[in-house]
Amino acid sequence: MAGLTYTILDATNLSTAEIYGRVLCDMGERYPEIVALSADLAKSTKIGMFGEKFPQRFFNVGIAEQNLFGIASGMAKVGLVPFVSTFAIFTSMRGLDQVHTDICYQNLNVKIIATHAGLSFGQAGTTHHCTEDLSIMRSMANCKVIVPADGIETANAVQAAYETLGPIYIRINRGFDQIFYENTDYGFRIGKAVQVAEGNDLTIIACGSCVYQAAEAAKILRSVDHINARVLNMHTIKPVDRDAILAAVQETRRIITVEDHNVVGGLGSATAEVLALSGKACAFEMLGIPDTFSIIGLHEDLMNYYKIDTDGIVEAARKLIGKEFEDDENWDDEV
Amino acid sequence: MPLDQQELRFLEDKANQLRHLCVDTVAWAGAGHIGGSMSAMDIMVLLYYKYLHIDPQNPGWEDRDRFVLSKGHAGIGYAPILADKGFIQRELLTEYNHTGSSLGIHLDSLRVPGVDASTGSLGHGLSIALGMALGIRLLKKSCKVYCLLGDGECNEGQVWEAAMAISHFKPCNIITIVDRNGLMIDGATEEVMKLEPFKQKWEAFGFIVKEVDGHNFKQLAEAVEYSISENSVPVVIIADTIKGCGIDFIENDYRWHYGGLDSDKISEAHKSLTAYYEKRIKGE
Repeated sequence: MAGLTYTILDATNLSTAEIYGRVLCDMGERYPEIVALSADLAKSTKIGMFGEKFPQRFFNVGIAEQNLFGIASGMAKVGLVPFVSTFAIFTSMRGLDQVHTDICYQNLNVKIIATHAGLSFGQAGTTHHCTEDLSIMRSMANCKVIVPADGIETANAVQAAYETLGPIYIRINRGFDQIFYENTDYGFRIGKAVQVAEGNDLTIIACGSCVYQAAEAAKILRSVDHINARVLNMHTIKPVDRDAILAAVQETRRIITVEDHNVVGGLGSATAEVLALSGKACAFEMLGIPDTFSIIGLHEDLMNYYKIDTDGIVEAARKLIGKEFEDDENWDDEV
Repeated sequence: MPLDQQELRFLEDKANQLRHLCVDTVAWAGAGHIGGSMSAMDIMVLLYYKYLHIDPQNPGWEDRDRFVLSKGHAGIGYAPILADKGFIQRELLTEYNHTGSSLGIHLDSLRVPGVDASTGSLGHGLSIALGMALGIRLLKKSCKVYCLLGDGECNEGQVWEAAMAISHFKPCNIITIVDRNGLMIDGATEEVMKLEPFKQKWEAFGFIVKEVDGHNFKQLAEAVEYSISENSVPVVIIADTIKGCGIDFIENDYRWHYGGLDSDKISEAHKSLTAYYEKRIKGE
């Protein structure tokens, strides 16, 4: 790690993006090659904190995302390490051709910290919801995709991104996340899931703000239903932690994935790919936005509506625990 | 320094030699973007043999000048230059477009030494060049960034995002050139999507515009030197060119944006290029 450590004392009263801004400022002190860019969202994404501290190393290109990612690629090509922040929706769609061709294809050392992801800007309306980015970014060769659980994990992810050569996409939320980690010292490694609750009855694999919800659900399942649910914080969607998924299949035989994202193409799909390739039978459920354009509302209300909060996860776990996966030869009852 | 007679003759000879090599490469490749390569050839030859500080023995040299071929489809005109400069082996040109070759229609910066940016999706190059220029300025280096755009790609909004940003950030180390051959895949630029008043568009974005004959080395060199010396206002060179320049049956015909040449057409193209060269050195 870069050696910068943070605790709950640093995170209290700071939004996830503010923690990102603070970490980037701290890293900026140590690493003069870091530059930062935004597209008129310096304040919203908090990358502007870096701009205030290092005005010569900060570039606001106005509302022009294509130019934003193109300029970042050029800066990386001359040896700088650009951190680029705009909303997830404008990163993964408006500027995608540039992210794809100028950054990922050329395997450039650009770090993209995309904010306001998932349903976290719920009241802004569906044009500002971003429930497709994991699917899109996961299919960009060379690019790693990280979804931190909270601000503390964002601090870890941003530092790890600096230390890892090549393009990295980190998606964080707007506003405050439920604080999950008390400090950064829990062994964060890109591509390695963190087991946050032990259990062998079923496994809940979560990312982002759903990690807190999954951990809370596991407590209820344990105390009310006597179901011991393992919870994995799958903060890295790509490369996904295949070993942790296979261990969950072998040891629990029931898996639920939960994400603030379309069920198509994100964490659920990444997990399903590992499952299918393993050839092992497993009762499986994917929680997320059910391939629809989401409704408008507060983030927590929308998480409840789409059943990706504690209640939704508990309900899905109760159903899944009674569902047996089949390894018989009878295919008549499969559809 | 303006061009002297000896330099001028060297550039004329070099451009002629590379136009012939481009035709041969199109033959080896089976087909290619010959029209836009011929229109851009004199510009690229001037940059590569007069202005760019580069080292073919050390293509990753940090302090080198950069060249971004934003009209990436002219790769089949660019690769012969890279071969002639010694960045790649000349024999590689015979495998152009072949399965498994490092050379494809749009050159890949990770596979082809000397290529500073992988381009092909049009409209990207000027932003990449601007990023390089700003980075170089921040790193307090003196190298320069040259960017060659096609005129058709100026339909792309991103070109104007980049133009706006060049005017705003004012890096004085970027030299922007547009190959104004007037044609794109589906026809004339003015018929497909009108660019005129083109000069005024750039001026409105805060540029000084130098309009030159893109097949006249003296005019091109003067404009490049003006751009290098102008340190307060961005400059764009609009190089008036002929698509397919030098090959009479291809010149100014939009259908030759991309095409193949059979053996008869190859020798016809070589003949035409030789005649064109002779006219040029006679000053006709």
